[in-house]
Amino acid sequence: MLIHDTQLHPDLFNTDDLEHASTRDGFGEAVVEAGKEDERIVVLSADVADSVRANAFRDAFPERFIEVGVAEQNMAGLAAGLAACGKIPFIAAYATFSPGRNWEQIRTTIALSELPVKILGMHTGVSVGPDGATHQALEDITLMRVLPNMHIIVPADKCEAKKAIHHAVGNNAPTYIRFSRHETPVFTTEETPFALGRAEYLWRDGNPRVALMGAGPLLYDALLAARILQEEGIGVSVLNLHSIKPMDVERVKEAARDAGAVVTIEEHQILGGVGGTVAEVLVQNTPVPEEMVAVHDRFGQSGNAGELLDAYRLNTYAIVEAARRARARADGTM
Amino acid sequence: MTYLTEADLARLQAYACDIRCTVLSMLAEAGSGHTAGSLGMADIFSAFYFHILNHDPADPEKEGRDRLILSNGHIAPVRYAAMAHAGYFPLEEVLTLRRLGSRLQGHPERTHLPGLETTSGPLGDGLTQAAGMALAYRMDDTPGRIYAVMSDGEQQCGITWEAAMFAGARGLSNLTAVIDRNHIQISGTTEEVLDVDPLAEKYEAFNWNVLLVDGHTIDMFIDAIETAKSVEDKPTVIIATTIPGKGVPEIEGDYTWHGKAPTKEQAERWIAALEEARDAVGATL
Repeated sequence: MLIHDTQLHPDLFNTDDLEHASTRDGFGEAVVEAGKEDERIVVLSADVADSVRANAFRDAFPERFIEVGVAEQNMAGLAAGLAACGKIPFIAAYATFSPGRNWEQIRTTIALSELPVKILGMHTGVSVGPDGATHQALEDITLMRVLPNMHIIVPADKCEAKKAIHHAVGNNAPTYIRFSRHETPVFTTEETPFALGRAEYLWRDGNPRVALMGAGPLLYDALLAARILQEEGIGVSVLNLHSIKPMDVERVKEAARDAGAVVTIEEHQILGGVGGTVAEVLVQNTPVPEEMVAVHDRFGQSGNAGELLDAYRLNTYAIVEAARRARARADGTM
Repeated sequence: MTYLTEADLARLQAYACDIRCTVLSMLAEAGSGHTAGSLGMADIFSAFYFHILNHDPADPEKEGRDRLILSNGHIAPVRYAAMAHAGYFPLEEVLTLRRLGSRLQGHPERTHLPGLETTSGPLGDGLTQAAGMALAYRMDDTPGRIYAVMSDGEQQCGITWEAAMFAGARGLSNLTAVIDRNHIQISGTTEEVLDVDPLAEKYEAFNWNVLLVDGHTIDMFIDAIETAKSVEDKPTVIIATTIPGKGVPEIEGDYTWHGKAPTKEQAERWIAALEEARDAVGATL
C-alpha cells in the first residue's frame, strides 16, 4: 500500500491525468527561483543552454550566466575557480560530456579540492531517444560515485528535481544531479519528504516479500509494478533512493531484511550504478538475492523514448518479472 | 623603465638563492620530486612572494588578495620554499615534503595548506581555474589580480587552449599567465616530444597580450608584470625563458632532472656553492 506520509500525488495511478514533465524542466525552474534568493549562484553552459533548460536563468540573470562554448573541461575548471572565489556554480551540459569528457577536471579541481560546484548531468538514459548512443549517458552515476566528497542525487520527477536543486544551493559540497530529457509523470508533490542521505518508502505492504528500490523516473514504474505484484499476492516495498551518495544504508538494509529479496531499478548501466551500490550494501550487511533492472552492459541506440525503454527492458513489466525472479531465488525455487 | 631599487633587486636575488637552497634540502630529504623546474622558477617565485603579490601570510584568505595559481603542481617545492620564507608556515616544515600526514603533499592541495589557491599536478588544469577566479573578481569588482604559472609542456594540453580561448574572448585583463619556457618535459625537450612553438603567435591569435622575458632577470620580469597591469582589454601572458636546474651548473639544462631529487650529498654540495655565490654578491635580506 502507498505510504501516506510520503504525500504522493493523490491520483497517482491515473497516469494520463498526471502532469508529464522532464526532470530537466525542474532544474530550469528551480535555478531561477534559487537565483532570485542567492546572488552567489552562477550558471555555466557549454553551448546547450536551451536543451539543458539554462535559458530561463540566462534571460533572468544574464550577468550571472556564463557561456563557455563547446568546452566541458574548461567549464569544470572555470566553475572551480568561481567557487574558490565564493560563487555557487551550476554547470549544465549533457552527461556524456560532463561528467563524461571532463571527469578528471571534476576529480581534481572540484572533488579533491572540496569546492561546491553543482554538476548537472543532462540527457541521461536511453530515453534521450533519437540522438542515439553517443548522447545517451548510461555511465554517469558510476563515474561520480567513485569520487570522494561527491554528493549524488537522482530525482524521480520534476518536482523532486526542483528540491534537489534547492538542496544543492545550500549544501556547500560538490554535487552531481542526474536529469532526464523524457517527459515522465510528476507523481511526487511539494509535501513529499526530501533529504540527502534519506531514502523514503513510497509503498510498503504489511508483509513485503520483495523490496523494489531505485532512483529516477522509473520509480513510477516501480509503483505500477507494486500494484500488479500486490494483486498477485506478492507484498512489496518501494524505496526511493534519490540520494545515491550518501546512501541511506540503514534503510536499504531494513527493506532488504524485511523482504528477503531485492530488485534495483535504474536507467543506467548495471555496472556500478544504483544496483551496484545496493549490492555493495547487501553483500556486506544483509545478503539476499538482488535482481537488477538496468542496462546490461550495452550502449543505447536511436529510437523514441518509449520504444527504447521497452527494448532495453526498463519498464513496469520488467520490474514485475525481476521481482518474481528475486522472490523465486529467495525461496529456492529457481 | 624599472620599478626596483638596486637594494630591492639584491634582496629578491638573495631570496631566490634561499629558495633554491630550501628546494634542494627538501627534495633531498624527501628522496623524490621535481628538481629542474623548481630551481628554474626560483627567481620568479621570489619576485612573486617578495614583491609582486598583494598578500598576507598571516591571513592567507584575505579578501581581495592577488591569487597565484600554480598549474604545473610538480614544481611545488619552489612554491613551498617561497611560502615558508615568506612566513606562511615554519621553515623547518619544508622537510616534511611528501611524507605521510604532511601539509606539503607531493603535488599541492588547497585543502591541506592555507595559501595554496588550487590543487594541482594534473597538467593543464591551472589556467582554467585562474580564468574562473578572474571572472569572479571581475563580476564582483574585486581589485586583486590573478596570476597563473604554467609549464611549457602544459601547452600541449587541450584544456589549456580552451581556457586561453575563453580568457582571450572574454578579455580577462585581470589575469596574467606566466609560462615557464624551459624547453624540457619528462620525456625530453619540448621540441622532441611535441613542439609547442610558436607560442607567442598562438597566444596573440587567442587575443592575449604577449610579453617575452628572461625568467632569471628579476627586474625584467617585474617590469612585464607591471606592463600587464596597464593592459585593460585582454589578458597577458609572460613567456619567461628559464634554465631548468638554474643555480646548479652540474644539472642546468639537463631534462633528466625534471623528475628526480638530489642525494643528500649532492644537495649539501650544491647548497654550499649557492650560499658562497650569494655571500660573494653581499646581498642581504
